[in-house]
Amino acid sequence: MLTNLPLLSLQIWLPTLSAAVVLFLGKMGFEKLGRVLAIATVFACLVLCIPLYTNFDTATYAYQFRETASWIPLFKIQYDIGVDGIAMPLVILTVFTSLIVILAAWKAIQDKATQYLATFLLLQAMTVGVFVAIDALLFYVFWEAMLIPMYLAIGIWGSQNRSYAAIKFFLYTFLGSALMLIVMLYLGMRADSFSIPSFYGVPLTMIQQVLIFLAFLLAFAVKVPMWPVHTWLPDAHTEAPAGGSVILAALMLKVGGYGFFRFSMPIAPDASHSLDWLMIGLSLLAIVYIGLIALAQTDMKRLIAYSSVAHMGFVTLGCFMIYMIVKASGNHQDAFMGLEGAMVQMISHGFGSGALFLGFGMLYDRMHTREIAKFGGIANTMPIFAALFMVFAMSNVGLPGTSGFVGEFMVILSAFKASFWIAFAAGLTLIVGASYTLWMYKRVFYGEIANDEVATLKDVSWLEWGVLMMLVVAIFIIGFYPESLLRVMHSSIDHLIQLSLQSKL
Amino acid sequence: MITTLHNLALIAVLAPLVGSLIAGLFGKKIGVKGSQLITIAGITVAFFCALSLAKSILIDHIQPLNETIYVWGTSGSYTLSVGFLIDQLTVLMMCIVTFVSLLVHIYSIGYMEGDPGVQRFFCYMSLFTFGMLSLVMANNFLLLFFGWETVGLVSYLLIGFWFKKDSAALGGFKAFIVNRVGDFGFLLGIAVILSYFGTLDYATVFAAAPKFVDSTLSIVSGYEWSTLTVICLLLFVGAMGKSAQLPLHIWLPESMEGPTPISALIHAATMVTAGVYMVARMSPLYNLSPTAMSVVMIIGATGALSLGLLAVVENDIKRVIAFSTMSQLGYMMAANGAGAYEAGIFHLATHACFKALLFLGAGSVIIAMHHEQNLHKMGNLRKYMPITYVTFLIGTLAITAIPPFAGFFSKDTIIEAVHESHVSGAFFAYLCLLIGAFVTAVYSFRALFLAFHTSERMDEETRHHLHETKPVITVPLIILAIASILLGMIIVGPMLFTEPKLMGQTMLVPQQLNVLGEIGKEYHGVFSMVLHGFLGLTFWFTMAGLATAWICYIKKPELPKTIALRFSTFRSILLKRYGFDAFNQLVFVRGTQKLSNFFYYFADAKVIDSWLVNGSGRGIQRIASLVRRVQSGYLYHYAFAMILGIVALLLWIVL
Repeated sequence: MLTNLPLLSLQIWLPTLSAAVVLFLGKMGFEKLGRVLAIATVFACLVLCIPLYTNFDTATYAYQFRETASWIPLFKIQYDIGVDGIAMPLVILTVFTSLIVILAAWKAIQDKATQYLATFLLLQAMTVGVFVAIDALLFYVFWEAMLIPMYLAIGIWGSQNRSYAAIKFFLYTFLGSALMLIVMLYLGMRADSFSIPSFYGVPLTMIQQVLIFLAFLLAFAVKVPMWPVHTWLPDAHTEAPAGGSVILAALMLKVGGYGFFRFSMPIAPDASHSLDWLMIGLSLLAIVYIGLIALAQTDMKRLIAYSSVAHMGFVTLGCFMIYMIVKASGNHQDAFMGLEGAMVQMISHGFGSGALFLGFGMLYDRMHTREIAKFGGIANTMPIFAALFMVFAMSNVGLPGTSGFVGEFMVILSAFKASFWIAFAAGLTLIVGASYTLWMYKRVFYGEIANDEVATLKDVSWLEWGVLMMLVVAIFIIGFYPESLLRVMHSSIDHLIQLSLQSKL
Repeated sequence: MITTLHNLALIAVLAPLVGSLIAGLFGKKIGVKGSQLITIAGITVAFFCALSLAKSILIDHIQPLNETIYVWGTSGSYTLSVGFLIDQLTVLMMCIVTFVSLLVHIYSIGYMEGDPGVQRFFCYMSLFTFGMLSLVMANNFLLLFFGWETVGLVSYLLIGFWFKKDSAALGGFKAFIVNRVGDFGFLLGIAVILSYFGTLDYATVFAAAPKFVDSTLSIVSGYEWSTLTVICLLLFVGAMGKSAQLPLHIWLPESMEGPTPISALIHAATMVTAGVYMVARMSPLYNLSPTAMSVVMIIGATGALSLGLLAVVENDIKRVIAFSTMSQLGYMMAANGAGAYEAGIFHLATHACFKALLFLGAGSVIIAMHHEQNLHKMGNLRKYMPITYVTFLIGTLAITAIPPFAGFFSKDTIIEAVHESHVSGAFFAYLCLLIGAFVTAVYSFRALFLAFHTSERMDEETRHHLHETKPVITVPLIILAIASILLGMIIVGPMLFTEPKLMGQTMLVPQQLNVLGEIGKEYHGVFSMVLHGFLGLTFWFTMAGLATAWICYIKKPELPKTIALRFSTFRSILLKRYGFDAFNQLVFVRGTQKLSNFFYYFADAKVIDSWLVNGSGRGIQRIASLVRRVQSGYLYHYAFAMILGIVALLLWIVL
């Protein structure tokens, strides 16, 4: 029954519609009803994800659950959506994360609650749109549309310095994508279609490829974010409300990584190849340099934000290592582990980083401070929370059995094929990551009760427990059985590798 | 039969996990008694599974089991799976782990009584057992690494168990980070293996290893290193962390912040021996790399002597035993380096018994002394705690390798094996180990004398309450004491010398490394080995150590002060533990702090964010305000600009 539905369209338009209704209900004074509707909507979306996974054909790289309709025929722009093995897990991640954010808002958000929920429903819809769009301009529309609810979320529900952060966030990401639009228009003219797969066949000279690559790089690097365009992220995170941070970390950053998979590598393979040193360098810089910066933080949320950037370094590293790997070993098979590791890292980062931000949000609700020095001894008063947070910390540290391990492990193992020193630098995360994560954990949770505020803390409520538990389960599923995730992406990654290694010159 | 083995193995590894999860998740509901019951039940099940597996493999000689449980992940041509290898070495390790774990669980009922976190404690301990079993049962590097890191995590959690104490929280942190340095090397080693062998399965890797003898790889351009040596050394870095070998041993003293049962289980009997086990397990790789063998032997032997010396000046009873653990681990590693893997594993087994015994004995003392750990505040405890005294004495005799106690058979063989070895550096290692025997006797008997003999130095209050601890504590001591007496003489023959070998084909060595075979020619049964032991050099070194301790602490108690004055430089070097901690603090801790602050406050916050990002924002504002001035709205401004433009244009054309 479910399979006959236009599943992907529902994933986009159901929450959009629901957002409007929730907003309306809020205006009419039915706040409670609005909340229930919001939760019901996301829950329905998650149920609709089940056939997306179970009916997914892992044997093909072709887009599935495809829906095509004419949109602006004059310019050959189509409403064309579908998922492959790269997009599908990200769609599920989006809905899952959204559910968590909206559940967590039940108690935590009292100010303009229905507007808040509507904002995040819209955000969910637009993010799904980014991942499922096959038409480049449709992709662009969703890409920019994502910014608006996020901007509002930070600007309205953020903390003291929110307008600075919101504007910085908006300008930064918006500037990045301006060039991307130009490239898309150019490619659209060359290919006589805006369908992304048709871009792959466009013959391009080296100079064209490099220009296109750099334009895309600007757009995606800001989102991922890569050094040195990362400084908007800590500000956006520290000022954003907990839900905003979760979405930022779990989803907003992923569209950057997704862009590299979908556009940069297959469209400009030769440029990707010749500029791989730059990408690898920037990725390692993220892993080591940003990791060290995280160590210097005194603000807990900022620390998590920097750690999030450091972990995203593995995504870009896994992507752009493949040229060196294939050159060294001459075997396409060896490229898989890097790319698939990068994909797993994206999903796992969604759970792990999202969980840390969500957990921090619960602390912030109680204590209204981000200063690590103001915490201390929380394990005494919130033992259950401390235990759950330990799981998230361990995932952040990359402990085997948690999702955080899988991506890093795969990327480091395949990095060795490219060069010992890349593996060495990437492997440093084992030490640096453990240092900043556990040092933070020690200062926040261990020790005697630091002050009266800590002494009066209440442990997590049932709802909070449930939400955190969902993340714990997700972290362990990926950690103990990553094949559940890997199997859906093999065909698509295979196709991507072929495209990325095929010279257009 | 295979399915029986398979099921037993699965139950053995999962039972502790189930116990741990129940105690962890429902600890509040089932209460202290409930959690103790469920975890102990889990460990008991695991213990009997291990025994039953041991009977099948060791006695009935059933074909070892090597099978995949499930496919963890696939990528390209690689398949990574979770699978078990149940062979002779595995079952021996399983028995040791579950046996000690079971006793420590029972002991902890008494030791942790009244602690508010009892459920958490038992949950961690069972989780540890799960991790340790995964480690020893793995048939590939993935599961090995999983177990390796899991036990590291639990060790971290348990050292910081009393997390209110800053020293405990810090000790756990330090242990984790130092271990992570080791794991970093370990992971790189695994990466090299995957890259060259294309698989992480032991059997395939071992079978293919001889083909790589001449393979080289270049890490620093211009230098070609043997691939196998690089692999072995990287893996050994992991072992250095876990098994507290120089220079990554620095976390072990701090690990004594954890409750004493943990020190016995994790930081003496099982986890810290994981590195020894790993090297023995990888013997088919190490055999092919003489350089790696040499490094393992020299680092092991150096540690055996130098870390043992630290115990001589230590006053905390637990830390004395901790240093002695490091020293004994050095012996085991040296055995591995000499190619006497079986002797290393044998010492691992006997050490697990007598070291757990010593730690639990120390724990018994600590309870009786109301958590006083300073040896100089004890004395004459044998009067009050006869069972603890006798068992502790047996432990001491075993660790100092007095025949016929368990330690004698394993340690004497190790020293002999290193003596016979032709690996480069063997003579140096032999000297270290021989002098180490003297040092072992000095610190062990010093601790024994100071705690149980000599005058009573505790305060009146404590003395008044001194009495023997409860049976739940003393019974495990007695069991371990019996094992410390008998284990050596029972299994020395089949373990090391007589055919068929207890360990079967698991740790075969090529002819030129077969030192145990050489020693075995002289072996004529347990009795003659004991007799022979009394004539050996090791025994007399030990006796000299015993005599030294006796003179210094019983006969002439004022002597240590004189010696301390006489050798004050040497003493202060020992007290500073050779400066490792100071060095690390200065270079790594402070260095990293400085670097990270520089990166953050200067590079990131100032250069990028303040100058470039917000700078360009300000720049745009400035340009905008300039441009704004141009568009003033006054007609004469525009007219003036137009005229200027025309003039400029004309000039350009004319010129």
